[in-house]
Amino acid sequence: MKPSTLTTLALLTALLVGAGFALVFFWAPNEADQGFIQKIFYLHVPLAIVALGGFIVGGIHAIRHLRSGDPVHDARSYVSIHASVIFGVAVLVTGMVWAKASWGRWWVWEEPTLVSFLIVFLLYCTYYPLRYAIEDRERQARYASVFAITAGAFVPLNFMAVRAAESLVHPRTFGTVEGGLPADMWVAFLVCLAGIALLWVTLVSFELTAKRTSAQLSRLRRSLIEGGTWREPPGVGGRIAPRGAGTGR
Amino acid sequence: MSRPAPTTASVAAAFLVKDLRVELRTLQSVPAMLLFATTVFVIFRFGLDRTRLDGGLAAGVLVVTILFAALLAINRIFVAEREQGGFEALRLAPADGAALFLAKAAALLVHLAILELFALPAFWLFFLEDGAGLVPLLPVLLLLDVALAVTGALIAPMATHSRARDLIGPLVLLPLLVPALIAAAAAGRHLLAAAGPSYEMYGTWLGLLGLYDLIFLLVGWAAFDFLLED
Repeated sequence: MKPSTLTTLALLTALLVGAGFALVFFWAPNEADQGFIQKIFYLHVPLAIVALGGFIVGGIHAIRHLRSGDPVHDARSYVSIHASVIFGVAVLVTGMVWAKASWGRWWVWEEPTLVSFLIVFLLYCTYYPLRYAIEDRERQARYASVFAITAGAFVPLNFMAVRAAESLVHPRTFGTVEGGLPADMWVAFLVCLAGIALLWVTLVSFELTAKRTSAQLSRLRRSLIEGGTWREPPGVGGRIAPRGAGTGR
Repeated sequence: MSRPAPTTASVAAAFLVKDLRVELRTLQSVPAMLLFATTVFVIFRFGLDRTRLDGGLAAGVLVVTILFAALLAINRIFVAEREQGGFEALRLAPADGAALFLAKAAALLVHLAILELFALPAFWLFFLEDGAGLVPLLPVLLLLDVALAVTGALIAPMATHSRARDLIGPLVLLPLLVPALIAAAAAGRHLLAAAGPSYEMYGTWLGLLGLYDLIFLLVGWAAFDFLLED
């Protein structure tokens, strides 16, 4: 992606997230039951939706990678999952803050959505050790894609299982919040959701661009070294040349 | 005279027979699983400080023991293929990945069935007042075994090809198996209740386990070829 596009994207994100929070704090009414703390809903729920959506996007890119063999799709799948795992940490933290504020405890096993999210998060955390334990690059990409597809299929199953386990024992606490949201809360929520989604897209685009640029840079260096025109800059030495580049040639 | 191309089913059957014959001759996995499961029962007896179990605790002990014993077999299931060049031989053979996937899952299923043949009576003997709940638990355990076998056969080749083999398999499988575990433990909780078996949500849990098995069977079927390419 071109630098100008990235800048525009980042500015749009800042604008939308800023607008969303302005709506949340100055326009949307306080919820009658929970008061001010309920406003964390506008951050927590969009983050969770975007993170889960990002996992699914990662799975779709993985399918495309396996079908085409094009490493670009693997990079997209990896970066999607990576961004979603980071969002996942934020989901768990905001969820715990909300639980502490409304139930007095940092962790509540009775809230099936948060518990499901924890399990999904734990599974996606194993993406990194799995991926980096495989040395061959091409095999690594293939296995990571199979994992991303498996985990993508796991997400809905897991939500069903956890919800079924809790449904009889405990009533859904937040079921009413989303269902019976007044119109002004809906507007604030949707703007926040759009902002967070755009934030995810921006972060993914930045990381993809960075990855592509550094790959291009090391390709250029390699061709320079192989062409014999590359001179080590004095005093910088191996820090600029790619590791192991000058040796054995 | 040219022979007809082998079907997926016949290739899978050949692999399965090979795996079971290897296990029969070396006795590497099943006896170890049995010993492990029995020891885990003893560990739970002291860890929980209970001599009799019922309800959720009984179901939890049984399901967790089966899960851990299954991890032993899953860790071993592709070792021969890797160490003795079975993967290379397979790529030369006119067989697709789905056949190997099905055969490995079936082999794991047989391992687990034999384990339970001995572990369930041991569990009954050690912990249960009466075993009436064990009979309706059998279909639940069968579906749980399929879940363990299918996900195990899918994840094990990835773990086998990684640097940290014994680490990666359990690490990925434990969270992946949580939904199946939830369903099996929840069904067992009612079936092993102290007041006698009750069938609360029995159908739901069976359905959920069946869905889990089906989905990962399909994922494995579709994706396994990509784990074998070189």
